[in-house]
Formats: sequence, structure tokens, C-alpha cells
Amino acid sequence: MPKISMTVNSKQVSATVEGRTLLVQLLRDTLRLTGTHVGCDTSQCGACVVHVDGEAVKSCTCLAASCEGAHVTTIEGLAQGGTLHPMQEAFREHHGLQCGYCTPGMIMAAVDLVNRKGFDLDEQLIRSELEGNICRCTGYHNIVKAIAAGAANMSAQPVARAAE
Amino acid sequence: MYAFDYHRPQTLRQAVNLIGRTEDSKVLAGGQTLIPTLKARLANPANLIDLGAVPELRAITQKGKSIVIGAMVRHAEVAESPLVKSAIPALADLAHLIGDPHVRNRGTIGGSVANNDPAADYPAACLAMNATIITTKRKIPVDQYFQGMFTTALEEGELISAVSFPIPSRAAYAKFRNPASRYALVGVFVAVKSGETRVAVTGASNGGVYRWTEAEAALKPRFSLAPIERLAKPPSTNMNSDIHASADYRAHLVYVMTKRAVAKALGR
Repeated sequence: MPKISMTVNSKQVSATVEGRTLLVQLLRDTLRLTGTHVGCDTSQCGACVVHVDGEAVKSCTCLAASCEGAHVTTIEGLAQGGTLHPMQEAFREHHGLQCGYCTPGMIMAAVDLVNRKGFDLDEQLIRSELEGNICRCTGYHNIVKAIAAGAANMSAQPVARAAE
Repeated sequence: MYAFDYHRPQTLRQAVNLIGRTEDSKVLAGGQTLIPTLKARLANPANLIDLGAVPELRAITQKGKSIVIGAMVRHAEVAESPLVKSAIPALADLAHLIGDPHVRNRGTIGGSVANNDPAADYPAACLAMNATIITTKRKIPVDQYFQGMFTTALEEGELISAVSFPIPSRAAYAKFRNPASRYALVGVFVAVKSGETRVAVTGASNGGVYRWTEAEAALKPRFSLAPIERLAKPPSTNMNSDIHASADYRAHLVYVMTKRAVAKALGR
């Protein structure tokens, strides 16, 4: 069985996994980082999105062993101590969640979007970039508002981008 | 997922050796098709050979009048590549239309071309631009490469290392996608190079990607919309039919998407 090492939320971790162990299983079951959710388990809903080497990926469709040596950031890695990440704060402020199931994936996708496209995001771009994240509660309006606001807040706090 | 032995070669040579040494092995590229297939227990390989650590398959380069894209280049990288965007904007456009942002961060051109899903996007680009599929053994002209859905000219143990696209003078991709899966219900790639026009269709036929030769002939004298508008719609024989679209509807979409691709290639 592969022995793997990687950095998860700035901490060095090692584990012995089966070849077939998914990244999301390593995160949730072995490392007990249960903020990352499994929704559809068929790479459609995006509840499991985490960052691998700074890129958003669906952790239900990625083997843990493929992340050997990688830097992984999960939703637990965004807040700094007791202070929410600006994107998390924006979701709270704009009521960008109801049941909260999709929220970790939404926020990780949103931070990735800001990292790729900058702080000034228009509604159309946010909506098209969210096609890999499904929410079954809010109808997306408040999520889109939250992401636009969170992106703007991130520009005021550039340190937030260094969470990778 | 059934259990398998996982291998992570560090070079292409190691990967090829591993395939030769192991029984019943499958090769993992970006995993956006293979991992779901394994999870659904539709495949049960004894060995999985992950190309993720092989560095020499990750480059996008220009060689003469062609753009050469390494097999492990991700869709997001093709979509954002300044070289691809300036030389073959239609190819960057196609890559941007695959899946969603997270899938595009993992999925690779080599995986797509090796799998030859009948609704995948890259096969249409390869066929329309008369690409060459470069493997660990040889260079395969695209007209000999795609051999029906999920079937290619690749032999046992042969790996795609890159795909070489001759830069066309005009090209465009028009895709009518399934809004849930984001696969092409029908996608049409048109490309003009040295006076020759090729029209490649994906998603439509139960034989996989194909060239719509009637449309190519109609566009031969002059690349414009009028000859396509005069053309008869293709017959629905051999078109796929499923819960997403009937064979008739797909045939109709082939016609409409071809018109849209030609218009786009003309800058309209």
C-alpha cells in the first residue's frame, strides 16, 4: 500500500493508504477534516472541492496517492485563528447559505476563482464559473452576491490569498 | 472501487516499462473519466499506473507551423495558454467548454484522446485540424487514429505523449452541450488549412467522431455560410439516440452547429 506524504493546511501529514483511497476519504476519514463534504460522489456537485497545489479540484475524483508531495488546502485551512477568511465572512454577511452542505465547496471554488480572475468579478462570470458547484437551497442569488463581495474584501486583505 | 496496485512512475520511460512488466494495467492521466469508471466498478484493473509525476508530458510548444500539446496538459492550461490562444483560439475555446473549472484543472488532452468518448470534445478538434497523435512508438495520422467509440489505433502498452495540431488559417468550435453532464450532445469543429476545409462532428454518431464530408465538399469552393444553408440536413441513420436527444434531433443539431461553427470561423 502506498505511503504518502503531503502538506494539508500548512501541516505536514503522512499516511499509508490503499491505492484506491480517494483524496476526500483521506481528508475526512483519516485526517478527520470533515468540512469537505461528499455530495454526489460523481464529480458533479462540487461539495468536495479543495485546493491541490493552488488549484480547485474535486477531491472525490482524485486519488490520495496522486497528491503525493502536494500542498492541499481545505475549508478548515482558510480561517486564520478565530478570524474568518474574507470569503467565509462574505458568505455569512450575505446569507450565502441555507443548509450549508454545498458551502465548503462553494467557498473553495470562490477563492480559486479570485486567485485566477482577480478581485473584481461580475455576476455573469461568477455564475458561469460556478457551473461545477450545485446548491439545492438558495437559488444561487446570495451565493453570487457573497462571492462578489468576498472577492472585493480579499483585495483589501491580500494576506488571505497566501492561505495556499 | 475494486482494489488495485498503484504505481507512480517518475519518467515516461519508467511508465512504459511498468506497463510492459505488469499484467492487466490501466493508465491514469487526469482521472476525470477513469476514476468515476473505477468507482462505478465498470473497470477492475490489477494495476493502475499514474502519469501524474511524469514531467515530460506537460509542455505546450510551437514546432514550425504546428502547436504541440503534451499528453498530460490539463484542459485549463490549454484554455489559458497564451500560445494556444494566439495560434489556435478555437482550441482554447474548446478546452474552456469542457466540464467545469475543477474538472478542467485535472482532465488532460491525452486522456481525452486515448479514451475517445463519443461525446468528448478534443476528438473533434484533432480530426478537423488533421492532427498527428504522437505516441511512445510512432506518429499516427488522425484519419487512422479514431476507430469508433472508445476505440483507437493505440496498441497494448502504447502511450500518447503529445498531440500535434497544424495551425489552421480559420477554425471554430460550436458545441451544444448537455447542461447536466456538460458533454457535447453535438459538437462541430471546422478548420481551414491550405484551402482544405474539414468538418468534424462529435457527440452525434454511434460510430464516434466523424467527418461530415458533404459539408466539407460544400465548403470547398468557398468557405462561407451560403453553401451550408443550401445543404440538406444529414440523415439520422447511425445517430445516437438516448434520453437526452433523439437521433433526429441530433441530426438537426449537426446541421445547426455546423452553421454556427462556420459563422464563428468567419468572425460573425
